[in-house]
Amino acid sequence: MNTELITQVSAFLWQEADMLDHGEYAPWLESWTPDGLYIVPIDPLETDFANTLNYAYDDAAMREKRVARLGSGESISTSPVPRTIRSVSRFRILANDGTNVTVRCAQNLREFRKDVLKHYSADVTFDLVKSGGSFLIRRKIIRLINSTDTLQGIGYIL
Amino acid sequence: MTSKTDTADQALTLGDRVQADRVHTSLYTDPAIFETEMDKIFSSTWVWVAHTSEIPEAGSFKNTYIGRQPVIVVRDRKQKAHVLLNRCRHRAATVCEGKKGKTNSFVCPYHGWSYSLDGALRGVPHPESYADQLEKGELGLVSLRVEEYAGMLFATFNKDVEPLVDYLGPAKKWMDLFMKQGGGFPVKVAGEHRFRFPGNWKIQLENTTDAYHFPLVHKSFLSSVDKQTEEMLDFVTGTGYVEDLGNGHSVMVMIPALVDLEANLDAPIPERFAALADALRAEGNPEDEVRRIVRAVGGSGFNLNIFPNIACSMAFFRVLQPISVTETEIHHAVITMDGGPQAANQARLRMHEHFQGPMGFGTPDDSEAWERVQKGSGSGKDLWIMLNRGLAGEKETADGRASDVSAETGMRAAYQQWKKLMTA
Repeated sequence: MNTELITQVSAFLWQEADMLDHGEYAPWLESWTPDGLYIVPIDPLETDFANTLNYAYDDAAMREKRVARLGSGESISTSPVPRTIRSVSRFRILANDGTNVTVRCAQNLREFRKDVLKHYSADVTFDLVKSGGSFLIRRKIIRLINSTDTLQGIGYIL
Repeated sequence: MTSKTDTADQALTLGDRVQADRVHTSLYTDPAIFETEMDKIFSSTWVWVAHTSEIPEAGSFKNTYIGRQPVIVVRDRKQKAHVLLNRCRHRAATVCEGKKGKTNSFVCPYHGWSYSLDGALRGVPHPESYADQLEKGELGLVSLRVEEYAGMLFATFNKDVEPLVDYLGPAKKWMDLFMKQGGGFPVKVAGEHRFRFPGNWKIQLENTTDAYHFPLVHKSFLSSVDKQTEEMLDFVTGTGYVEDLGNGHSVMVMIPALVDLEANLDAPIPERFAALADALRAEGNPEDEVRRIVRAVGGSGFNLNIFPNIACSMAFFRVLQPISVTETEIHHAVITMDGGPQAANQARLRMHEHFQGPMGFGTPDDSEAWERVQKGSGSGKDLWIMLNRGLAGEKETADGRASDVSAETGMRAAYQQWKKLMTA
C-alpha cells in the first residue's frame, strides 16, 4: 500500500475540508482545475451527471456564483450563515497513474443554523491532478447517503 | 366546525374564515382544519398524480400520495393508466415500494396475495382455507377515477365529481401553452428535487402565484444571472397580470412576450442562450428550428396554479404534498424535450439546478420565507392573513377576473375554492 500517497492526499483533502468549514472560499476556488466540476447527484448510482438532474453541477463560473451568494447577505436562507464541522476519513486510492489520482472517502458533516442541528453523511470521490507538490481538484462528487430522500436547504458547500 | 383556536374567533365557522380579502390565521395552524382538508379537498376533488412520461410503458409505475393516502400510478398492458390505493385488501400492507419502477404485477410481501397491473386480485396462496368463499372480484386494489389532459394525469376518490376537462375549464388553454416548451418534442419529466419545509401547504400554494416576493426573496438569484435575464425577471412593475380562472385555478403572467413559445420566433436570441444556439446550429439544425428550441428551453412566461396540488411553473412542475398542518413536501420536477437535442436538455437541467432544490439559488430562500410565515402565524391567533393586494384594480375577463401581476388574485381564487369545498 502506497502510504506516502495516502498521506499526501489526506493532507490535501483535510485542508480542503478545513477551508470550507472556515469560509476560506478564495483559496478553495483556486484549488480547482479550470475544467473542474463540483457535483452533488440525486441518484447514488448515476454516472452520467451532465445528462441527469443533480442537486449541484457546478463548473468554475457556478462555483464562483455559489461562493458569491453565500457571502452576499442577499439570501435569507444563508443569513445567518450556517456553521459546519466536517470530518473526512476512510481514504482509499481508487486509481493513480502518477499524475491523476482518484480517491474515495467518507464525510460526516454537522450543520448548525438558528436552532437546528443537522447531520449529512456522504461518500465523496475526488479526481485530483498533481500540481506543484500538491493537487488540484478536477472533479468532486458528493453522494449523500440520503440523496434520494427529501432534503431541506443546504446553504453551504458540501 | 370545532376549532382548537382558543380565542374570541373560536366561534367563526369555516366559511367565515375565508373573506373576500383575507383568510384567518387558523387556516395555517389548526390541526382540525387540516384533517377536514384531507377529507373535503384531497379526497373529494381532482388531484394531480403524474405526467404521462413518468409511466412510459406497460408496467411502469410511480408511487405517490393523494393527501396522505399512498397510491400507485401504473400503466397496464393495454396502455391504460390506473391509480390504485397502495394497500393489500387482505391485511393492509403496501403492495408496491420505491418511488418508481417497472413490474409485471403487485405481490403483497406479507401473505403473497397478487394483483395485476389494473389492480384485479389474481391469486392468493393456499386458497383452500377459504373454502371457495373468497370474493376475489370484490377484493381488487381500490381503483380511483383517472382522467388526463395534456399529458397530465389526475385522479379522484370522488366518483361523482365533474369530468376533469370541466374542472380545469379555462386552465386547459394555459396547459396547452405550457406544453409548447417541448419545442416540438413531447414534454418529459426527467427527475425532480424533493424537499420539505416546516409549514402549511397553502403557504406554498400561494407562493406560486406571488410575483410580489420575487425581487426581494430572490435577490441573490438575480445577482447570479446576466443583466438581460435580470431585466426580464424584473416583472413586478411590468405589464403582466394575474387571472382567476375559476375552480381555484389561476395564472400569473410574468413575461407576456413568453406566453406563446411558438410566437415571435424572429425575436433576438437572448445572450444567455447564444452558446446553446451555436451548439444547435453546429449540430446541423436549421435556423428556425434553433430559434424554436432555444425559445422553448427558456420556459414559459407564466405560472399556472391548478388547485389543489400542481402548478405549471415557468419551466417545471411544482407538486405539493401536505404532510401535516405544519409540514409540506414539495417536488420540483424538471421538464426536458423527449428526443430533443442533448445540448438543449442539458441547458434545461442546469437551469433547474441553478434555481431549484436544496442547493439551488432560489428554493432555499423561498423555503426560509415560508418557514417564517408558519413561525409568525403561531402568534396573534386572532389575526388575519391579508390577501387584498390588487383587489382594487381587479376587472372581469372572459375567463374570470384579473388584476396586476403582483396582485393576490390567484390566492383569493384558491381560497374561494377552498371555502366552496370545505363548506360543501
